[in-house]
Amino acid sequence: MPKDSGIGAASKRREDVRFLTGTGNYTDDINVYGQTYVYFLRSDVAHGRINNIDTSAAAAMEGVVGIFTGADFEGIGGLPCGWQVTDRFGEAMQEPAHPVLAQGKVRHVGDPIAAVVAESLQQARDAAEAIEVDIEELPAVVDMKAALEEGSAKVHDDLTSNLCYDWGFVEDNKAAVDEAIKNAAHVTTLELVNNRLVANPMEPRVAVGEYNRSNDESTLYTTSQNPHVIRLLMGAFVLGIPEHKLRVVAPDVGGGFGTKIFHYAEEAFVTFAARKLNRPVKWTASRSEAFMSDAHGRDHVTKIELALDADNNFTALRTETYANMGAYLSTFAPSVPTWLHGTLMAGNYKTPLIYVNVKAVFTNTVPVDAYRGAGRPEATYQLERVVDKAARELGVDPIALRRQNFISEFPYATPVAVEYDTGDYFATMDKLEEIADLAGFEARRKESEAKGMLRGLGVNCYIEACGIAPSNLVGQLGARAGLYDAATVRVNATGSISVMVGAHSHGQGHETAFPQVVADMLGIDESMIEIVHGDSSKIPFGMGTYGSRSLAVCGSAMVKATEKIIKKAKKIASHLLEASEGDIELKDGQFTVAGTDKSVAWGDVTLAAYVPHNYPLEDIEPGLEETAFYDPSNFTYPSGAYCCEVELDPETGRVTIERFAAADDFGNVVNPMIVEGQVHGGIGQGIGQALLENCVYDSEGQLLSASYMDYAMPRAEDVPFYVVDHSCATPCTHNPLGVKGCGEAGAIGSPPSVVNAVIDAIQSSGKKDVTHIDMPLSPQRVWAAMQG
Amino acid sequence: MKMNDSREIAATPEAVWAAILDPEVLKQCIPGCESMEGSPEEGFDATVVQKVGPVKAKFSGKVNLEDMNPPNSVKLVGEGKGGAAGFAKGEATVTLAPSDTGTTLTYDVDAKVGGKLAQLGSRVIDGFAKKMADQFFTNFQNVVEGPAEEAAPEPAAEEPAAAEEAPAEKKGFIKRLFS
Repeated sequence: MPKDSGIGAASKRREDVRFLTGTGNYTDDINVYGQTYVYFLRSDVAHGRINNIDTSAAAAMEGVVGIFTGADFEGIGGLPCGWQVTDRFGEAMQEPAHPVLAQGKVRHVGDPIAAVVAESLQQARDAAEAIEVDIEELPAVVDMKAALEEGSAKVHDDLTSNLCYDWGFVEDNKAAVDEAIKNAAHVTTLELVNNRLVANPMEPRVAVGEYNRSNDESTLYTTSQNPHVIRLLMGAFVLGIPEHKLRVVAPDVGGGFGTKIFHYAEEAFVTFAARKLNRPVKWTASRSEAFMSDAHGRDHVTKIELALDADNNFTALRTETYANMGAYLSTFAPSVPTWLHGTLMAGNYKTPLIYVNVKAVFTNTVPVDAYRGAGRPEATYQLERVVDKAARELGVDPIALRRQNFISEFPYATPVAVEYDTGDYFATMDKLEEIADLAGFEARRKESEAKGMLRGLGVNCYIEACGIAPSNLVGQLGARAGLYDAATVRVNATGSISVMVGAHSHGQGHETAFPQVVADMLGIDESMIEIVHGDSSKIPFGMGTYGSRSLAVCGSAMVKATEKIIKKAKKIASHLLEASEGDIELKDGQFTVAGTDKSVAWGDVTLAAYVPHNYPLEDIEPGLEETAFYDPSNFTYPSGAYCCEVELDPETGRVTIERFAAADDFGNVVNPMIVEGQVHGGIGQGIGQALLENCVYDSEGQLLSASYMDYAMPRAEDVPFYVVDHSCATPCTHNPLGVKGCGEAGAIGSPPSVVNAVIDAIQSSGKKDVTHIDMPLSPQRVWAAMQG
Repeated sequence: MKMNDSREIAATPEAVWAAILDPEVLKQCIPGCESMEGSPEEGFDATVVQKVGPVKAKFSGKVNLEDMNPPNSVKLVGEGKGGAAGFAKGEATVTLAPSDTGTTLTYDVDAKVGGKLAQLGSRVIDGFAKKMADQFFTNFQNVVEGPAEEAAPEPAAEEPAAAEEAPAEKKGFIKRLFS
């Protein structure tokens, strides 16, 4: 029986009212008195030495307030990297400087060279055209393998090579893995590319810097998923502004998908320039700028080998991946191909021996960092593709091969350092077979074939580690920050509640789902509770939203804080009811003395807390406000099984997705409608990666796909109606809600099933030699593969 | 992007050679060229206004002549900066050989674009470059050969300024050279 409020209810997203009626308050809606506008002059070559920048003509132009270049940032910190990876040999990764504005060299198309601040954007742009930049073009480093060759041009002259790190995981297993692969009854090998993507949130990045001379306080309004992280990174490492003099506000944010986690040069610039000029400075990215300045995603080139014994049991797995870092290390870039990727290579299977090698490479391209799934989609894609290929090579059913190798007992310690707490991979696969109507596939295939089309079915499993993360663990792994979160529950005098949370909501529906939890715990109406987020001056120090962590980590902090509230409120109630504290029960917003009809309402208790005329002041303080910080003891491990059914036109190579089913295990679910929406969006982005999206550079490092004319985003007609299910729930064992993250699962779990389905369709026509096509599976690529 | 083609021109290789080295001729022939100054020895400074796909810009740049082997071959190396629109650069090797009707002019072009031109115009750039080359050599032929009695096709210049100037000066390069 579905509930109509509290945990488990499909409450409608309250934030949608303002989003859908045009009353949202986004960063670009913020305009400050006396505001100026900045335009960044960006490099149009991929690699070059800056010989001279002459700003004199530009500086004299009408409306120009100030012009800044890299020289203005001498002695000021560069953009910091938040994660240090240690390589196979125990050495720290190579970490280049990342100046706010280019110093000495430009290293990718879009690298900011100069910033013009003017009274209007048009004036700033015109003046930027008048800046004379003398750049000596240098050979561009684009291909990752070529970048590592002896004699290749270097992106950073002061580093020994273009290799950021050569990471082995688990290095101690390497010899045993090599041996197992040598002795295997069968080895399936697959080489593939995980295509570079651009996140493309609907709202481009925006930053407004403001400086208040009267109290020496700086404010940055920015499109961020984690304002406190930006405040810490920018304040402590770039500009040297102490936290109490720096406020960072991320108001409504129109989608992030990871690309708004990171600390960007433009944020530091507007904050810096507002202080220098004593004028507010605003920057709004154009879509073109977004393509060449937002951190990109994915971009791995991988060789994976799966060894099986004579009974088709997986015995070992070995991977070699080249991971593109781009020209600089974005905030969390080094963690993505390593700890968010290597630790996932066991997938849903009890493969006993695994070795993952990752070479992270600097190239003259936009920095690459986390994008929805971050490392886990790359892991899932290669694993689920190689398992599918193995099944075809061995002539066994791909689902049966997966079932045979499923992990079946929990907790399960993988050979790649993580321990899955719960899961039931058989249950989600059973559910998938039912909701995807696998039994009816052959009939559907015949119908397609009757029309001259090919039909294919692709299945995959996924497991992911999210709800990041245990701070002590990630600290050992190189994180330079803790990954707890925080919540303050402020009960107001009349009983309404403001919950200040560290997590930021930009599409996740926190403003709806979080109150459901508190309402459930207190037995009051959801409408009495409001979530406050996004302003460092209002919220406790939380680490923000990414890695499907908000409910699992910040939600747990909120539960802990609410438990403290209940404890104190019961004390107050016991005083009001003249009963023992241990006898007080809270139900439906009423405090009752157990076994009696004596009760006092929630609002009476909260009023007593703030108007303490009759109050146990000798025992407790007035007021009702509690803060909790929560640091998880493990990741959460959502898992599932996905099925994609495609139709392929053999004449044109065009693929259409006819059916898509997803059976997920997210543990307990607070709001099923929001969870389904998250899965829908994730699958949409996964389909985008599989069929459409591709960020392309030419050999000179020119970005060729920098508009929607060339970068194909999925549209409504590209995706089918999804059949999704989350009824196979094995609750997380270590957080108080028993929840697992659901935000990235769809993007992690969907690309392999799409590609598996296309290969299945092609092979059904007798072309058994087509075993792989790299994403995106455009008509041209599919058609070419079919022609051999 | 690479292109190559050849043209028959009704003039001697020496006459064609002289035309290639004449900035006034180049100005008339390059579509959208607003100015062209300099000498074969020191290179030419040029300003060209063009529209590529959605990007319109004024390119200012330099063209240098290299590997000169009169009157047989020369390499033109150029780069133009278009401000916010990005840049274009390239080289063209032009070879002249005597033929029955005069001269066979063969060209081999390797061109590159960068910045916004690459980001927004890469899909249309090949067609654009081919059109530019066609226009240039059609104009060049007209200028070198002079108008072919009434039948001379109008040079397909897009810029009004260039279009106005062209007919007035179409007296024929050879005639001007030897008059």
